[in-house]
Amino acid sequence: MTGFLFFIEVLVGGLLSGVMYALVALGFVLIYKASSVFNFAQGAMVLFAVLSFVGIMELGLPFWAALLAAIGLMVLVGMATERFVLRPLVSQNEDTLLMATIGLTFVIEGVAQLAWGVDVRNLDLGIRDEPIGWVMDKTGMLISQLDIMAGIVAGAMVTALALLFSRTKIGRGLRAVADDHTAALSIGIPLKHIWMLVWATAGVVALVAGMLWGARSGVQFALVWVALKALPVLIIGGFTSIPGVIIAGLLVGASEKTIEVYFGPYFGGGVEVWFPYVLAVFFLLIRPEGLFGEKIIRRV
Amino acid sequence: MFYRETGQFRTSYAQDSQILPLRQDRIGMAFLLLAAIMIPFVANAYWLSAIMIPWLILSLVALGQNILMGYAGQLSLGSAGFMAVGAFSCYNFILRIDGIPFIVAVILSGVCAALVGIVFGLPSLRIRGLYLAVATLASQFFIVWSLDKFGWFKNYDPSGVITAQKIVIMGYTLDTPAQKYWVVLGIVAVLALLAKNMARGSVGRGWMAVRDMDVAAEVTGLSLLRTKLQAFAISSFYCGVGGALFAFAYLQTVEPSAFTIDLSFRILFMVIIGGLGTIIGSFLGAGFILLVPIFMNIFFHGLFGHAVDASIISASEQVLFGVMIISFMIFEPLGLARLWQLTKERLRLWPFKH
Repeated sequence: MTGFLFFIEVLVGGLLSGVMYALVALGFVLIYKASSVFNFAQGAMVLFAVLSFVGIMELGLPFWAALLAAIGLMVLVGMATERFVLRPLVSQNEDTLLMATIGLTFVIEGVAQLAWGVDVRNLDLGIRDEPIGWVMDKTGMLISQLDIMAGIVAGAMVTALALLFSRTKIGRGLRAVADDHTAALSIGIPLKHIWMLVWATAGVVALVAGMLWGARSGVQFALVWVALKALPVLIIGGFTSIPGVIIAGLLVGASEKTIEVYFGPYFGGGVEVWFPYVLAVFFLLIRPEGLFGEKIIRRV
Repeated sequence: MFYRETGQFRTSYAQDSQILPLRQDRIGMAFLLLAAIMIPFVANAYWLSAIMIPWLILSLVALGQNILMGYAGQLSLGSAGFMAVGAFSCYNFILRIDGIPFIVAVILSGVCAALVGIVFGLPSLRIRGLYLAVATLASQFFIVWSLDKFGWFKNYDPSGVITAQKIVIMGYTLDTPAQKYWVVLGIVAVLALLAKNMARGSVGRGWMAVRDMDVAAEVTGLSLLRTKLQAFAISSFYCGVGGALFAFAYLQTVEPSAFTIDLSFRILFMVIIGGLGTIIGSFLGAGFILLVPIFMNIFFHGLFGHAVDASIISASEQVLFGVMIISFMIFEPLGLARLWQLTKERLRLWPFKH
């Protein structure tokens, strides 16, 4: 295989794992847009969602029933979070809220392990994580079916969310709340319902992200660390932009894999562990608001 | 009844700016110090090396984190990384410089950590809050990775871990838990006093001004560059010294992965639960986070015998920590230090209501 084709293979692999980062980051953006809470617990929600899904399947329920049950559970988690963590902390500053969600991360991770155990589980979505035959025959590149599937799912989800935000009444409410929640409240938008809805949606997004990650690398606690990589993705993309996180996710995925493959061997590997964060820092120095974020204006 | 300031007048500036203006506080502090020094005579080796030594060391690290986060308002998730810098540079100083006194090596490793801290603090000039937290995550992952990958730091030890040398001070080898405890106690006491004085002096006022409103601080003539980097340097110095002690007086054999992000989170929790922007809070928080798992272990074993899975205990510990963080954020954002302060105020009036 030529060097160029190998490069393409690495790049496509990176782009598609970037899609998965973007999926996790999407949950963060949803909540941040609607309530300017930075939900550090999104990664833990990913773990919890997929662990629950697998756990329910192991109880003997068929795929669709388990999926519905997991969605229901995530909606409940989202609502409980809104009720017991965010409502008492409403109108606190962002740092306090961030620390509270760090606490929430620990609660969710702990509960997930208490409820479903710590073993690594396999998740079979019926899509095999193998190279697509005809691409391999034609060009010699190894591109996984699962990665392609992840790309399609991510695309569908982003489209659905974009439609939800721009075309529906709920979406208008969401945007109004995001803009100024006091004003939104005063014209009669039910703030509590909107926030619950956002948290529930974020939970469902977490479930989808978790299922794709879980099918790739097994459903295990290490998913939390993968989810942490969504942070640099967010920083690069901007906290409030859905297209931003998609592009940033692709950027992070592609660059970390390329760097790892071409430069990693010189350092004994493992470059991808820190590369996204350093990349994010450089982005911050040039564009503190991210690629598509709103300009930060600070007043005394 | 006993704890009140009646009759104690401050008649000079020196008296007015004492750390402990109340006679009762001074007596209490003297007792506390005396008790701290005498502990090795009553406690056994387990208590000293498994509880007291890590408590003091983690308090020191929490103090460092508190300087950065509580006083200067810069959220950081990289304190374990700076501890690692301290631990490994102390090892290398003692290894490579013949006859270097232990205390000098510890101070130098703190300086190394401070320099690294300044480098990773540079982004703080442009970013804040959560963005900064991500930037400090970069330092966390990068430091642990480079200590892991570059053999020089570990003297090319094939096992990938280092074994801390013996602590030698003035020709005496200190290797019993009691001796190590006294070394740690001495260093922590001096640095805590230093931190207290920095916090209540102009340095600390600068940090707090930046924390409360950085633009306003800059307008009043404070150099943001200097103040922020100073906070990063001093905080990392404390973490570095703490890391060196962690390796030499507590762990003995150290691998880079002892300083994971989990430890950073733990230190963050110590500061939040203890009380942001207080010295005593660092000690209370460190003790709390250290002791709760130990008590939970005893509790679970007492309740269910030895049949309990370790993973269940660690998971419930996580839940408990998380719940505590959330409840502190909701009910007492100022932490244990605030509870202590309230108790003291109550005590002043006791037995009367007001």
